[in-house]
Amino acid sequence: MQLHDVWFVLIAVLWTGYFFLEGFDFGVGVLTKLLARDRTEKRVLINTIGPVWDGNEVWLLTAGGATFAAFPDWYATLFSGFYLPLLLILICLIIRGVAFEYRHKRPEDRWQTNWEHAIFWTSLIPAFLWGVAFANIVRGVKIDENKEYVGSLLDLLNVYSILGGLVTLTLFTFHGAVFTSLKTVGDIRDRSRKLATRLGAATAVLALVFLLWTQVSQGDGKSLIAMIVAVLALVGALGFNLAGREGWSFALSGVTIAAAVAMLFLTLFPNVMPSSLNEAWNLTVTNSSSSAYTLKIMTWCAAVATPLVLLYQGWTYWVFRKRIGTQHIVDVH
Amino acid sequence: MDLALAPETLARWQFGITTVYHFLFVPLTISLAALTAGLQTAWVRTEKEKYLRATKFWGKLFLINIAMGVVTGIVQEFQFGMNWSDYSRFVGDIFGAPLAFEALIAFFFESTFIGLWIFGWDKLPKKIHLACIWMVSMGTVLSAYFILAANSWMQHPVGYRINEERGRAELTDFWLVLTQNTALTQFFHTITAAFLVGGAFMAGISAFHLARKKHVPVMRSSLRLGLVVMIIAGMGTAISGDLLGKVMYKQQPMKMAAAEALWDGEAPAPFSVFAYGDVDKGHNKVAIEIPGLLSFLANDDFTSFVPGINDVNKAEQEKYGPGDYRPNIPVAYWGFRWMIGFGMASLGIGVLGMWLTRRKFLLPPGLRTGEDEVPHLVLFKKPLSPKFANLYWIVALWTMGFPLIANSWGWIFTEMGRQPWVVYGVLRTRDAVSPNVSQAEVLTSMIGFTLLYAVLAVIEVRLMVKYVKAGPPELTEADLNPPTRIGGDDKNPDRPMAFSY
Repeated sequence: MQLHDVWFVLIAVLWTGYFFLEGFDFGVGVLTKLLARDRTEKRVLINTIGPVWDGNEVWLLTAGGATFAAFPDWYATLFSGFYLPLLLILICLIIRGVAFEYRHKRPEDRWQTNWEHAIFWTSLIPAFLWGVAFANIVRGVKIDENKEYVGSLLDLLNVYSILGGLVTLTLFTFHGAVFTSLKTVGDIRDRSRKLATRLGAATAVLALVFLLWTQVSQGDGKSLIAMIVAVLALVGALGFNLAGREGWSFALSGVTIAAAVAMLFLTLFPNVMPSSLNEAWNLTVTNSSSSAYTLKIMTWCAAVATPLVLLYQGWTYWVFRKRIGTQHIVDVH
Repeated sequence: MDLALAPETLARWQFGITTVYHFLFVPLTISLAALTAGLQTAWVRTEKEKYLRATKFWGKLFLINIAMGVVTGIVQEFQFGMNWSDYSRFVGDIFGAPLAFEALIAFFFESTFIGLWIFGWDKLPKKIHLACIWMVSMGTVLSAYFILAANSWMQHPVGYRINEERGRAELTDFWLVLTQNTALTQFFHTITAAFLVGGAFMAGISAFHLARKKHVPVMRSSLRLGLVVMIIAGMGTAISGDLLGKVMYKQQPMKMAAAEALWDGEAPAPFSVFAYGDVDKGHNKVAIEIPGLLSFLANDDFTSFVPGINDVNKAEQEKYGPGDYRPNIPVAYWGFRWMIGFGMASLGIGVLGMWLTRRKFLLPPGLRTGEDEVPHLVLFKKPLSPKFANLYWIVALWTMGFPLIANSWGWIFTEMGRQPWVVYGVLRTRDAVSPNVSQAEVLTSMIGFTLLYAVLAVIEVRLMVKYVKAGPPELTEADLNPPTRIGGDDKNPDRPMAFSY
């Protein structure tokens, strides 16, 4: 296995980490409207992700930085090509971060309500758009011989990519609902479990169509295995949720995300961004990657840093492992 | 296309706006993290309550500030791909690595431990909780180092070769990129300047409360800490600035000639303090000059020759082909002066403040109302009129903005002075923009970010003012008796959290 293949896998791992972690905090953001009945319940939901959402978001920055360093052409084509959707995602992430930090800092009702609207929309929009973006990457977009994206914004909005967006949106919301039933106590936990069942059913239908479509149009043996794992894990997550085994349910909704991301990357390989105009213009792991020297340095850095990151981020989840409910919320702003 | 709205111009404006805005929060984040950590350490070691109250007060302002620093930083990373895709293709092999290192080593640290610090008051033992804020501080410094190494490579490219076949620059020596003198001096200069910002911020806000005789014990300690930091950091900034200037004279003679509006080389070369007239047209209407100082700044020697703008332009034309290699001279000239002027003014006010708040100026013991007392700033034996006595507090408050102005101009000077190059001597800015991104797209994002940033600025400043005015919080039982076990050692499972969003 050559280094650029290793980095293809590592970038897939980083995106998996991002979707697994920020997936549930996006989901929790969406649930503030779907699940919470009043402000205190909203705050319970927000506080389940309070200590960790910032660390989760860094997975995106790392995925972006690693793509820049390991596959500069992929990075350049992707972010200049998907300009406006990415702009929208960035604006959402800016408002979202500020919303979490500032919502509770003033007592006025209007102030808090505005930030709560912001949390909902800025969680929902990126959760949808990331699916649109990845579906387009897998499907292939108009890339010319100079590796430039030459399509328009409308080219990015097609049935397949919108379906992809709906899959990530529902999957993340389901993942978030499973997470909140794992992290809360009392009434909100029960309602969260019931909502997770419905969200899980919707996710299953959409994901099955999307994954089958992907498999039929460009899959192979390996991607078929990943797809089967994704579907089985989703069914398992639903089953454990119904049985009230929240930890297992969350682990399996995570496996669903990981397997689905793995499937997308497996169908991509050895391309990183196929061209829909001409196969010869595909961006591949070889024609888009950095030099062997850069990749070697990056590999050393990743080999040392990644286990440490997993260790201390894991420790954070251990420190904040207790469930919370409305009774734990402080009554000050 | 009309040059004013050409995608290159718009992309540069967008980069300038988003970067300068981002950099209003970065230095305060770096310095306040360390200062808050220092105060919390003082509490853990001495158990004096004023230090815990100070930690909570400055910590809260730190959190309001870092929230903006974090979210505006996300834009920076993706902007290279969005607006500068040809730059990314050309230098990604080199420039991407420190960025990835920053994310892997610094950002993860910062963001994970800040979560632990914010929510960990009732979940972590005292010392572990203290370690978390130090980890955050370490993360901010590491992050600055990697990003400055990346920027330094653009100022002075080293450790690379051009791969003609792939049409890009490739890394040959990463260690050299991380340790070249440009990176080290820029890091030294930026970190010291960051602490100047934090010191002035702390001194200014403490002065605000002390002028009203409020929260005296906490604010007196904070004021002295802020002033000490201002003085040390101010001197450090001056020393590192001098070192950086010398490095730049060797590596980017054009930038430094532009900084002086020195059109033709001179030996010895004078330093222009202030020029009246149009610096863009010539160097002839100069009002104040210090003879020989420029030679000294450039070469440690009062008589040496310093090349001028025309000399360097000619040399670069011979080296890189026909073209205009001059940056915007007035921006470089005035940017350089605003940077030094506001930076040195902050240092001066720090020294003055330190002298004025000596023990000697405290009220006599008989007149004091508490253990700590506000200095009444007597310069003379006779008491001053209250208006005059308050002048220092007002000056201290205004000084909060000085290092920020100096920092912003410092970056504008550094980046604009390098034009027309994006990577000095290797890649021109006009060859770095995304060829496939339309004018409308760049315009949309530029307006979008600018409007959003403007709204957020108002929100942030008003929030800061609210919490500054509120002063340090009263301590609760939970604050004074932190848990001794990780995860919290509370037997009562329904007890409210110490902190919640």
